[in-house]
Amino acid sequence: MLASRALVRGLQSGFWRRVSTSSAAWVAHTHDVDVVDCSVPQYNNRLDTPLPDVPFVRNLSVEQKKLKENEKGSWTQLTKEEKLALYRLTHELSYAEMRQGSKEWMTVLGGVFIFLGFTGLLVWWQRVYVYGDVPHTLSQESVAQQTQRMIDMRVNPVHGFSNKWDYEKKQWK
Amino acid sequence: MFRAALRLSVSGARSLTRSRPQYTASVAARSYSHGKQETDEEFDARWVTYFNKPDIDAWELRKGMNTLIGYDLVPEPKILEAALRACRRLNDLASAIRILEAVKDKAGPHKEIYPYVLQELRPALNELGIPTPEELDIDKA
Repeated sequence: MLASRALVRGLQSGFWRRVSTSSAAWVAHTHDVDVVDCSVPQYNNRLDTPLPDVPFVRNLSVEQKKLKENEKGSWTQLTKEEKLALYRLTHELSYAEMRQGSKEWMTVLGGVFIFLGFTGLLVWWQRVYVYGDVPHTLSQESVAQQTQRMIDMRVNPVHGFSNKWDYEKKQWK
Repeated sequence: MFRAALRLSVSGARSLTRSRPQYTASVAARSYSHGKQETDEEFDARWVTYFNKPDIDAWELRKGMNTLIGYDLVPEPKILEAALRACRRLNDLASAIRILEAVKDKAGPHKEIYPYVLQELRPALNELGIPTPEELDIDKA
């Protein structure tokens, strides 16, 4: 279970490229541990809940604490980077990041096709190496003899099989 | 409520937020369902009063905002201004930016609503020093 989670996380940061997080944010946040305490309010990224119950980063470093102090003063004094840092302290993903998709579907579809192809190989091997010969009654000559007998017997002469055989010209209509 | 403002706006865009019967006068008795139906103005006034509470606390701000976003409408700029000022009283810049993002998301396919809201909020944004998500480059992932 842990190995698969590590694999998914690797794919998320590598190929699927959905979440862009700085390493500092990954380290400082508290929610992505393998044991989550569900008895206390948790952070969540939801489009319908703009203000989550708790901020994303709870254990602030010294500079972050200083930034929080500056937040109490006039916001016009803050630089754009500081404002962005304050936003990222409280929120993991912006709305745009929440809405963006990922390339996960390509992986899923590719995996499905790979396994279907592998199954096809197995089926082919089984057909060639496991199944015995087909009965001799399915050979060309045998089928011709059967068909001739059905015509002679007048099988389904009104609407079906023999109806399609022209008995004068001795050929199919 | 938002439609009332849109009718007067310069952009002249068609009202798109919500198809409801139009009425502007305060209503005493109508036969929709039992009880009095709240007008747009009463709704707006109620929410502005909620956010204007001087000693509003963080929980109330979060609850109010999350509830407001849950409704099937885009909040009026005056409600949003009251909410932004509440963020200022709580020293919470991140929530102020988040509110702007939520409004843009709430407008959905109606792309003219968000610029109108920003236009109405521009004096308050400048006064409080709240950047828009576009200024911080978080509007594109």
